[in-house]
Amino acid sequence: MLKLSFAGYGALRAHGEETYPHECCGVLLGNATLDGNLVREIVRAGNTRTDSAHNRYNIAPEELVKIQRRGRKLGLDIVGFYHSHPDHPAQWSPTDFAEAHWVGCSYVITAVAEGKAAVTNSFLLTGTGEEDKQFIDEPIEIEMQEERGQA
Amino acid sequence: MNIHIPTPLRAFTGGQQTVSVPGATVGDALEQLTGAYPELRQHLFMADGKLRSFVNVYLNDDDIRYLPQKEATPAEESDELTIIPSIAGGCCCL
Repeated sequence: MLKLSFAGYGALRAHGEETYPHECCGVLLGNATLDGNLVREIVRAGNTRTDSAHNRYNIAPEELVKIQRRGRKLGLDIVGFYHSHPDHPAQWSPTDFAEAHWVGCSYVITAVAEGKAAVTNSFLLTGTGEEDKQFIDEPIEIEMQEERGQA
Repeated sequence: MNIHIPTPLRAFTGGQQTVSVPGATVGDALEQLTGAYPELRQHLFMADGKLRSFVNVYLNDDDIRYLPQKEATPAEESDELTIIPSIAGGCCCL
């Protein structure tokens, strides 16, 4: 189970629309709980794959180091990542799988069709390492409490 | 010095987010780390002892692969090492 706020869910989908037809990417800061990964903050990242940004993404490790450092100060961990698939389904690709190394983290993919965010799915990378890793479908629970409180 | 462990590798450090180890160089510190937590070694290094291609190690803000002395770079007690696996992917069309 991946839990994130309605605002966070909207933010990562909006990011994919903004960068269309290129892929967006970012980091999910939060906490791993018994119920799954709980997202507290969505952090946008730059896509360094400017050579093929329509179908590839890469987050510079130095940016990741800074995001992880920021999370540490806030008592948050990296619990996942997100990216978009412009004009392609919200399913992990062989490239996504080959490049996935954060076991226990959630990989969120949003399909962006003709500039509009469509389906958003999450996949949990399970296993102990490269030899036995696998993606499993992961439900997304969107927390609406904040919005109700403001109404 | 402190070595920051990424979430997927904490299963091999007893859940510790940060591990303090002695070491005069980056390589020494990594040796101390994998000596204390042997299961980590296969996740960081290949059989020939080189870092796995997707594992990045930063000495403060510098990728050790691009430092002139690489793993032999001297490190001080106040330095921080961060282990950070790479993040990449993308849809399958070319």
